[in-house]
Amino acid sequence: MAIFLDKDSRIIVQGMTGAEGMKHTQRMLAGGSNIVGGVNPRKAGETVEVEGKSLPVFGSVADAMAETGANVSVIFVPPAFAKAAIVEAIDAEIPLAVAITEGIPVHDSAAAWAYNVEKGQKTRLIGPNCPGIISPGQSNAGITPWNITGQGPIGLVSKSGTLTYQMMFELRDIGFTTGIGIGGDPVIGTTHIDALEAFENDPETKAIVLIGEIGGDSEEKAAEYISKHVTKPVVAYVAGFTAPEGKTMGHAGAIVSGSAGTAQAKKEAFEAVGVKVGKTPSETASLMRDIISNL
Amino acid sequence: MDLFEYQARDLFENYGVPVLQGRIADTPEEAEAAAAAIGGTVVVKAQVKTGGRGKAGGVKVAHSPAEAKQKAEEILGLDIKGHVVKRVMIAQGAKIAQEFYFSVLLDRSNRTFLSLCSVEGGMEIEQLAVERPEALAKIPVSAVSGIDKAKAVEIAKAGGFPDELVEPVSDVIVKLYEVFEKEDATLVEVNPLVLTEDGQILALDGKVTLDENADFRHQRDELERDALDPLEAKAKEMDLNYVKLDGEVGIIGNGAGLVMSTLDVVAYAGESHGGVKPANFLDIGGGASAEVMAAGLDVILNDPQVKSVFVNVFGGITACDAVANGIVGALNALGSKASKPLVVRLDGNNVDEGRTILQEFNHPLVALADTMDGGASTAAELANR
Repeated sequence: MAIFLDKDSRIIVQGMTGAEGMKHTQRMLAGGSNIVGGVNPRKAGETVEVEGKSLPVFGSVADAMAETGANVSVIFVPPAFAKAAIVEAIDAEIPLAVAITEGIPVHDSAAAWAYNVEKGQKTRLIGPNCPGIISPGQSNAGITPWNITGQGPIGLVSKSGTLTYQMMFELRDIGFTTGIGIGGDPVIGTTHIDALEAFENDPETKAIVLIGEIGGDSEEKAAEYISKHVTKPVVAYVAGFTAPEGKTMGHAGAIVSGSAGTAQAKKEAFEAVGVKVGKTPSETASLMRDIISNL
Repeated sequence: MDLFEYQARDLFENYGVPVLQGRIADTPEEAEAAAAAIGGTVVVKAQVKTGGRGKAGGVKVAHSPAEAKQKAEEILGLDIKGHVVKRVMIAQGAKIAQEFYFSVLLDRSNRTFLSLCSVEGGMEIEQLAVERPEALAKIPVSAVSGIDKAKAVEIAKAGGFPDELVEPVSDVIVKLYEVFEKEDATLVEVNPLVLTEDGQILALDGKVTLDENADFRHQRDELERDALDPLEAKAKEMDLNYVKLDGEVGIIGNGAGLVMSTLDVVAYAGESHGGVKPANFLDIGGGASAEVMAAGLDVILNDPQVKSVFVNVFGGITACDAVANGIVGALNALGSKASKPLVVRLDGNNVDEGRTILQEFNHPLVALADTMDGGASTAAELANR
């Protein structure tokens, strides 16, 4: 098993015909994802040849779902149009929408999220500004290199893309059920807690790695959630101990104001509920190794 | 991006929020002229992006243009919590009857907007929140429907405003939300919002933070920005995502999370090597071409504090051979300007090809590291020599 995404997932790509969309459609197909089409209103009715597969382009997410039975959309639409793309996916009630786009104005992501809540959250949104979700050996919806790791018993949820890659690569011999990059923006869809809940309920997932970084209080909330609801072992890593206050370091969300959101506070929150926190990504990986070998 | 007070005032004025006259001055003479143009009593206010200006002597009342000149002389050049005052605002004086508080901001924790409002103003909001939390109304605001007149009335009432003030205050709140929404702000704060003796509601001091992700749909090129460190300015010209810190180990990596983590791991390794620290944050992103690597190395090697450099790249989408070629190209381009040791850790996509390229390049300053922790330790050790 895996969470949110598996071998039966049928994926469409919003923005497939753009440069980024095309590059990653190719990669996802090469990794075995079942991509069934793309969306671009200006190219509706055309087909695109990718990796020996002929992919139809639809005018809307709703059309694509009706024609292909798609249940996942990956969004590569540029920042200025990303809100409309996410809202379209929500309107079509696609079960999973993965927004890869970096640099979306926060008013747009907040409005898209509020809209999803108003509509009863029929769509699970992952991102924006994230690497997406991968269930190794089954499917990959996003930009994570498909061959970076193997199938196995670990579940991973992370705010950062490259740290996700690093961790999956270090633990590739053990492998993962699913890895989710939730994104580093201030307003995101799926949270650490959503992933923890799903991993807890997934019988194949035996242990969980959680990667956080400075800014916001997602990690503190996750720690509280773990203490109440998670029975599986969790190890955590937090980035940003040396980040100065008030400076943005790449992720729009990774900014510390005042005393809230510091890496130290997050680390302490995890340790207070018995979650071990690695000093470095490699130490975190070796904490996970110990847990797996003692299962 | 945080705005200066005068920028917030100008923005408020554009949206019809009632404000007092304000003019900026960079010299005592300009301050004198501004005070003469405004007339009457004025307040000379340091334009720095930090709190506690009043206590630090950065806000002074002047009753004449000559006095405004003298106060500006005192304030210009002041160091307020590390911010040197280069500009003052000459603000029209007002007879204040009462002070209030209002803000609307992004509530990241609840993924929505939030309005804070209190009829009890005049103190730091953090202090009010701790001492009299019941006096500070916290009203969630939908990012879809925002603040219309009815919502503004709800907020003003929750903030404890008496009936006769709810009407004029809610009018101002609607306009402030317009600033928040149309300017893509993540914070619009008015502290204090005041009632004057002649019954006017005024936004006396404002803090506005703008979302830089939304720059593409605004005209923000002309806005005065914070003075950058010279290295940061150079990095910005080259479109690099660089932040100057004050350590000795230069850092280059890919991906914001991994680079932040690299800073931490270097600081941690530095504890065993004379306490050396990371000198900067630099994320070269996905591409990592020779040009970007050369530009990044150029900035870092020009930092006189840097004693060694740690290049930490995980090839996810980026291929390590492309990164290795980037390093070779950069060192060739820099020639003898490259004078500090470089520790390079590559992992992931095409790592063997990447390492082979660097081994064959055989540059005396380049050392390969097997792991991120090992590389950080070597770079820290080299910086401590």
